[in-house]
Amino acid sequence: MANFETVTVETDLLILGGGMASCGAAVEAAHWAKKNNLKVTMVDKAAVDRSGAVAMGLSAINQYVGLKEGDNTIKDYVNYVSQDLMGVARDDLVASIARHVDGSVHLFEKWGLPIWKAEGGGYVHEGRWQLMINGESYKVIVAEAAKNHLGTDNIIERVFIVGPIMEDGVLKGAYGFSVRENKFYIFLARAVFCAMGGAVHVFKPRSTGEGLGRAWYPPWNSGSSTFFTLKAGAEMTCQEVRFIPVRFKDAYGPVGAWFLLFKSRATNAFGGEYMVERRPELENWKPYGMVKPIPANLRNWLGMLDVMEGKGPIYMRTEEALQKIADKFKDDPKAYKKKMKELESEAWEDFLDMTISQAILWAASDVQPEEKASEIAAAEPYFIGSHSGASGAWVSGPEDLAPPEYFWGYENMCTTKGLFAAGDATGASSHKFSSGSHAEGRIAAKAAVRYLVNENPPKPTVSDAVVEDLKAKTLKPLDLFAEHSGFTSQTDVNPNYIIPKMFMFRLQKLMDEYAGGVGSQFTTSKFLCERGLELLGLLKEDSQYLGAEDLHELMRAWENVHRMYQAEAHVRTILFREETRWPGYYFRADFPKLDNDNWLCFVNCIMDPVTEEWEMLKRDIIPMFKAESDHELLGG
Amino acid sequence: MPSFVNVEKCDGCKALDKTACQHICPNDLMVLNKETMKAYNREPEMCWECYNCVKICPTQAVDVRGYADFVPMGASVVPLRSTDSIMWTVKFRSGQVKRFKFPILTTPEGQAEPTGGWKTEPDLEGPVLFTEPDSLGCDVWTK
Ligand SMILES: Cc1cc2nc3c(=O)[nH]c(=O)nc-3n(C[C@H](O)[C@H](O)[C@H](O)COP(=O)(O)OP(=O)(O)OC[C@H]3O[C@@H](n4cnc5c(N)ncnc54)[C@H](O)[C@@H]3O)c2cc1C
Ligand code: SF4
Ligand code: SF4
Repeated sequence: MANFETVTVETDLLILGGGMASCGAAVEAAHWAKKNNLKVTMVDKAAVDRSGAVAMGLSAINQYVGLKEGDNTIKDYVNYVSQDLMGVARDDLVASIARHVDGSVHLFEKWGLPIWKAEGGGYVHEGRWQLMINGESYKVIVAEAAKNHLGTDNIIERVFIVGPIMEDGVLKGAYGFSVRENKFYIFLARAVFCAMGGAVHVFKPRSTGEGLGRAWYPPWNSGSSTFFTLKAGAEMTCQEVRFIPVRFKDAYGPVGAWFLLFKSRATNAFGGEYMVERRPELENWKPYGMVKPIPANLRNWLGMLDVMEGKGPIYMRTEEALQKIADKFKDDPKAYKKKMKELESEAWEDFLDMTISQAILWAASDVQPEEKASEIAAAEPYFIGSHSGASGAWVSGPEDLAPPEYFWGYENMCTTKGLFAAGDATGASSHKFSSGSHAEGRIAAKAAVRYLVNENPPKPTVSDAVVEDLKAKTLKPLDLFAEHSGFTSQTDVNPNYIIPKMFMFRLQKLMDEYAGGVGSQFTTSKFLCERGLELLGLLKEDSQYLGAEDLHELMRAWENVHRMYQAEAHVRTILFREETRWPGYYFRADFPKLDNDNWLCFVNCIMDPVTEEWEMLKRDIIPMFKAESDHELLGG
Repeated sequence: MPSFVNVEKCDGCKALDKTACQHICPNDLMVLNKETMKAYNREPEMCWECYNCVKICPTQAVDVRGYADFVPMGASVVPLRSTDSIMWTVKFRSGQVKRFKFPILTTPEGQAEPTGGWKTEPDLEGPVLFTEPDSLGCDVWTK
C-alpha cells in the first residue's frame, strides 16, 4: 500500500464542506460551542475563501423574504416553493429557512457585502424575492466571518472527504485524504454536519472538449453529499428532481437580469413567443400550470417543445428590450444616455460577477445586445437541492413547525442519528439559494449543538483494523496504478485499470442516453432506466479498478465514485415514480402525464450501507397551511 | 486552455509562503512545476473560468483564453481587484474596449465581526438563532 501517514482528528462537531451552508454552520456553531465548551472542526477540499458554487461570486441574493419590511409572509414563500416544485415540497423546512433567511442577509451586509440600495434606503429587488448585490467577493466575505468566529486553527483545507465511518449502523465520523501531502485522515466526531454541495458531470454536458468544465454548475461539486448521506444509511428524498437551467447558450451566463430588469422576451427563430403560443399546453399540468409564476420546469418545457419541433434557435430578444427602453426616453436624449450607461454596466456586471465566461463569449462574438438577440438554451441536468431542484437527504423539521411524521428530535437531522445536513445536501426544501443555504446551515448547527448537549453522545472510537481497511480502500487507485502502469507504453491505456476521466465519460454516456440527458432530449422510460441500471451495475463493479497517478487523480477517482451513487439514486427514483411530474426537467415517455391520484407524494429511498440494497418508499405530503382555494392558486 | 500562465510574468511566487494560484483554485488545477518554477493549469477542460487564479496572482501572470470548442478567438477579459473594488477591461474581437468598475467590499478587509454587532442571548432550546431577533429586525415567526 502507498505510504501514507494516518492523521486522527477528534472533535465534537465536524463540519464537512466549506460552502455557503457550512459557513453558516460554522459562524453559528462557534457561538454555541463556546458557551458549551465544545470543539468544532470544518473540513473543505478547497480553500474556504473561494470554494463551492459561490467561488466566482454572485450578482444576486435569490432568497430574501422581507419580513421586517412587511413585504411578504412566510406563507407566501411556502406557497411559492410548493407550486414551483409541482406540489412536492416540505412546507415545514421551507418555512423554517424562510423565517431565518433575512437575518443571514442582514449579517452579510454588516460583514461588508455591498447590497444595492434604492433611494429611500430599502434594498433594490431584481424580482419579488431577489436582491441585487455587487457580489464579486460574496464568498470571501461569508468565509471571513466564519473564520473569524471559528478560528483558522479549526479549519482544515485541501482535505477531500471520501465517506462516513460507520460501525453497526452508528456514525462515528468521516475519512478522507489530503490532496497536498501523503496523509490519510480519520475524523472522529460526536456529531457530523454534511454540506458538500450538489453534483455536476453525472450527465454528459453539452460541451465535451475544452469547455467540458463550463457546466452551469461548478465542476468541483461531485455528489459527495449524496454519497456521504447514502453511505451513512440516511433516507433520501426527491432524488428524481434534477435541475436544468435555461441560460445564455454555451457559456451559461445568467438570464435573470434580462428577464426581470429589462423585461426581455424569449422567442423562437420565427419570432413566436412560446410562453404565449403554448399557453394551452399548461392546461395539461393543472393546477401547477395555472399558477403565477409558472413553475421553472414548465417554462423550460414550453421552450423545449419549440426546439423539438425544429423552431430553434431560441433567442433572448435583448435588442427589442433595449429598443423599448430607448422608446420610453425618446424625448430626452440625455436621460436616455444615462439610463443606457447604467443598464449596460448592470448587464455586464451580471456576467462578470458570476459567469465571466459569458463576458468572454460576448466579447469574442462581438455581441452588441442592442443590435442583435442572443441564443438561450436548456443546459444539462444537475443535482442542486438548494436551487430549483430538490434532491437531498430527508431531514427532521423544527419542533414548532413540523407535523409528527416530519419530526424526530432535532431540526435538519437526517434519519441517521447525529448526522445533520443543509444546503444542497438536504432535499424537498428548494429555493433556498445562497442566503437560505447559509440560514439552513445555522439552523442545523444550532440543532447539532443542542443534540450534543442534550444527548451527550459518547466519544467515538474506532479499531485499528477498521482504519487500516478504510485506508487501503481509499488508496487502492494509487496502488493499482503504481503496480501496473509500467506494463504499457502510455499510462492512460492499460488493461488493469481505468483512469478517472474515462470512468466519468462512461458514466456520462450512459446517463445521457438512458436517463434522459441532453442527447435524448431529457426523455426516458421504464425500459431505458432498467437498461441504464444494468450498465450502472457494470460500472460499479469496475469502480474497483480505478487507477490514479497522483493525489489529484485520487481525488478525481473518488469524485467519480460519488457521482456514480448520485446517478444510481436518480435512475432508481425516476424508475419508481410512474408519471411525468416535472416535464422540462425530465419526461417519462411511458407515463407522459401528471398523476395526482397516485403520485402527489415524495419518493424517498434508502440504501443499506453494507449490502447496498435499495428500498424505495412513498411519503405523504403534509401541507402546513390549509389547502389553497382555486382563486388563490390561480394567483388572484 | 481556459486559464493559462504567461511564463515571462510568473515568478513561481518565490517571495510568498505559498503558491497563490495553487492555493486558491477551487478545483485543484493550478500547480507549480518545481523545475521551471512556473505554474500551469493541469486540466484545462475541468476549468470553470472562475478567474480566482487570475485575480490572486501577484504578478498578473494568469490570463484566460475562452474555451476553444465554442469561443471565437481574439477577446480578453482582464480584472484588477483591490481591497474594495474590481476593475474589468473587456476587449472585443473587433478591438473595441469596455471598462467597468464595481465595489466589492464595504468594510475593512479581514475584520468582519461575526455577530454583526448584534448582541443577543437566545436559549439553546427553541428556534431563535444567535444574533436573533435583532439581526432579523422582527421576532422569529412561528405557526
Ligand atoms: C451557477 C450558479 C448560480 C447561482 N446563482 C445564485 C444567485 O444568483 N443567487 C443565489 O442566492 N444563489 C445562487 N446560486 C445558488 C447557491 O450558489 C447555492 O444555493 C449555495 O452555494 C449552496 O450552498 P452549499 O453549502 O450547499 O454548497 P456550496 O456552496 O457549493 O459548497 C459546497 C462545499 O463543499 C466542498 N466539498 C465538495 N465536495 C467535498 C468533499 N468530497 N470533501 C470536502 N469538501 C467538499 C466544496 O469545496 C464547497 O466548499 C447559484 C448556484 C449556481 C451553481
Ligand atoms: S500566482 Fe502567479 S506568480 Fe504565483 S505561481 Fe501562480 S502564476 Fe506564478
Ligand atoms: S479559472 Fe478557476 S477553475 Fe480555472 S484554473 Fe483558475 S482558479 Fe482554477
